[in-house]
Amino acid sequence: MDVLVFQILNAVYYASVLFLIAAGLSLIYGVMGIVNMAHGSLFALGAFVTATITQYAAGHVPTLLLFLLLPLGAVAVGILGLAIEPLLLRRLYVRAAEEYPLLITFGLLLILEDAMRFVWGSNPISANLLVQYLGSVSIFGSLYPIYVLFVIAVAIVTGLALWLFVYRTKFGIILRATAQDMKMASGLGLDVRRVYMLAFAGGCFLVALAGAVVVPYQAAVLGMGMDALILAFVVVVIGGLGSLKGALVGALIVGGVRTVGIEFFPELELASLYIIAAAVLLVRPTGLFGTKS
Amino acid sequence: MKGDAITSRGGAISLRLAVAAILGCALLAIPQLVSPYQTLLLTYGLVMAIAALGFNLLLGYTGLLSFGHSAFFGTGAYTAALMAKYLGIHSMETFILAGLATAFLMSALFGVVCVRHTRIFFAILVMALSQVLWTLAYKFYGITNGTDGLNVPFPTLLGGSLTFRGAGAYQRFIVAYYYYVAVLFLLSAAVMWMITQSPFGKTLQSIRDNQTRAEFIGIRVRLCRWMAFLFSGTFTGLAGVLWLPLNRHVTPDVLYWPFSGEIVFLTVLGGFQSFSGPIVGALAFSYLKTYAVAWTEYWQFLLGAVLIFLVMALPTGIVGTLELLAARLKWPSFKPRI
Amino acid sequence: MALLQTKNLTKHFGESRAVDGVDIVIDEGEFVSLIGSNGAGKTTLVNLISAYLEPDAGEIFFRHQNISQWSPIARIKVGIVRSFQLASLFDTFTVLDNVAQAVFSREGKSIRLGTAADRNAGVRGEARQVLEEFGLQTRADSIAGKLPHGERKLLDVAVAYALRPKLLFLDEPTSGVSTRDKNTIMDTIAAVVRAGKITTVAIEHDMDVVFKYSDRIIAMHQGRILADGSPDAIRGNEEVALNLLGTSATI
Repeated sequence: MDVLVFQILNAVYYASVLFLIAAGLSLIYGVMGIVNMAHGSLFALGAFVTATITQYAAGHVPTLLLFLLLPLGAVAVGILGLAIEPLLLRRLYVRAAEEYPLLITFGLLLILEDAMRFVWGSNPISANLLVQYLGSVSIFGSLYPIYVLFVIAVAIVTGLALWLFVYRTKFGIILRATAQDMKMASGLGLDVRRVYMLAFAGGCFLVALAGAVVVPYQAAVLGMGMDALILAFVVVVIGGLGSLKGALVGALIVGGVRTVGIEFFPELELASLYIIAAAVLLVRPTGLFGTKS
Repeated sequence: MKGDAITSRGGAISLRLAVAAILGCALLAIPQLVSPYQTLLLTYGLVMAIAALGFNLLLGYTGLLSFGHSAFFGTGAYTAALMAKYLGIHSMETFILAGLATAFLMSALFGVVCVRHTRIFFAILVMALSQVLWTLAYKFYGITNGTDGLNVPFPTLLGGSLTFRGAGAYQRFIVAYYYYVAVLFLLSAAVMWMITQSPFGKTLQSIRDNQTRAEFIGIRVRLCRWMAFLFSGTFTGLAGVLWLPLNRHVTPDVLYWPFSGEIVFLTVLGGFQSFSGPIVGALAFSYLKTYAVAWTEYWQFLLGAVLIFLVMALPTGIVGTLELLAARLKWPSFKPRI
Repeated sequence: MALLQTKNLTKHFGESRAVDGVDIVIDEGEFVSLIGSNGAGKTTLVNLISAYLEPDAGEIFFRHQNISQWSPIARIKVGIVRSFQLASLFDTFTVLDNVAQAVFSREGKSIRLGTAADRNAGVRGEARQVLEEFGLQTRADSIAGKLPHGERKLLDVAVAYALRPKLLFLDEPTSGVSTRDKNTIMDTIAAVVRAGKITTVAIEHDMDVVFKYSDRIIAMHQGRILADGSPDAIRGNEEVALNLLGTSATI
């Protein structure tokens, strides 16, 4: 019984991280119609930055306060996103082809990966003390790290906040209007450029937050971004691009399948994910809750 | 007027043939003129040119951007490597035939799943599916040796009549294999040219330009896309087979999706809006990467910056930009356009 | 003889009934204008008949055959062809190639591999003839994407015409075109379809155009047929005038 509970918690933990990543990807796609190939690299960047901040602050700041520093890494990457959008992406909007943003963000991926290698080298960095600080809780007689529950809580809170923001605030309405019809929104006097910039920065923040919460539990290593990107793509393929609900459902499905897969057929765990993705697409070509086909 | 059109086209055609013939001759003369290392680089370039030609049938002509072509390249390479290891086969011709067959089947399979989808989803889906192959190669250590990879000796060429053993084998191989690849490259380019100039090629372009209208003039859009996918994957698979003897070692890296990114990159570098762009891009990239890698550890950064620069400033790539310059300077444009 | 017949054709978009139980009959050889205010359901009706959309209810018969389940390609093969309101062309192709593409498709040669498309004299010759009929022959080598609006609309129709339709649907062939050019364009189109004895259904807003060319007029309103008859009958119809012009004075 305790094994089952642990598996479920693991799956939900995994899904929590994936949800944050996919939500960021869907936000950017939903508003701007761009698939951000650099998304995984931003995940890694969030992890590295947060790990570094944590390590520097570790001796000087009470560990509890370190938790407050976690979002800092995400914020830093979000600010980077504010710079990336006008620099690299804005000029492409006039060109109708969907290929160009894919190519540019792929170029950005290459730049970020090597930039991270340059700054942090090839050694993994971790912020494990945060996990140790929270300790473990006893579930059905076995110990389970509380930090995992913390991550799940962060994902839930963020998800709720995002939902409220998009569906209950004025800016959220502006966001959705721009997503549905950019030209019309612009025609109505909305500052579409600012919306795009903030949407992109928001997406960067979300994915970097995922990296930030992951790094205490799993060290930041080179190449973590590449794997994350593929998984994020599988999530949005299953759940649908551009949809918050889709990111959630997709993340849960992927988290669940992965946990089951690791348990029962580890060789095929990743392959089974992709096969499920392909199967979903056969039935629903834009994913379960996809928008903008 | 009809007569005029044919004459001017005829003029353009014989000019093109002349240029192609000159380039062909130059190609064949290369090993006599340059060092073995340069010959080797050029061979890599020609191999990637075949892959790029295949890739661009989908991108330039059909409007489908695939970040998953490493799947077909790797299928070709691993087919040959596994045959060498488990069946003791060393004939290049057998490798090629088998590789073409497996790449064909893989493309057919991928195609069925992928061509129902529109552009963004298509790109993501092919990429995700190509990762399936990567994980299989990575995880089934018992068969593929995982990340350690498989080693392959020099194959025999021309039905076993050319073997490479003993002293000086490497130098002899480089020269002989260069000619082998060059001929296959010319053949592949000819076949691809024929495909792109045919009514089928035009149909692909019509689908790229306006899928709805294509459907409403009676074109079977999905079937055509699937056929394009078939040709595309098979060409790239051939490239994978031809690549193996140059490297004589294959690892899952050749199936990993960033390698697909390289194929995308070199096509965009040369220009995906023309027939010759991918060829030029592949050759240029072969040199670019070699010197970048030699110059700095952070060559990926360089590639990323170049790609961004290309997309923003020179979206038509090397060939497209040269054509623009030629037009400005009022030179006759002879590079075959799409 | 009845070429096309619809029975109770219906399409909803959520709450809105775009096409609501439409029964029409189109006879061979007619030139029918389909009129109605925006949102009346004209384009949706054409979309349903051409298989661009699937109906929620109802049936479509072509030459007494039930084609309700047929795909767009099947319908094109029996000769049901449409043009598009927003000129829908292959923008990187030349004008000639646009038409040629339709010819290739009609002749079943669209996936042929062994020959060069540009050297197929038969196809290109026929495409040139079509261009001449539409007065576009001087533009044969122009790139379609760069044509002025009126010529794009004409080319759109020419491409549809090249499929040798039995029943041709024109979706606002003169919309967005200046008044001076409207007549030229409609004259061309009308001359071509009459010469080819092609049954034509044209969605049109310009009443002058409608009354000048139509054998018959069908008026729609809120998804239903409001009136159906000769131009004179429609002219005197108060309901039509009310709904289309907003006044009870007849046209």
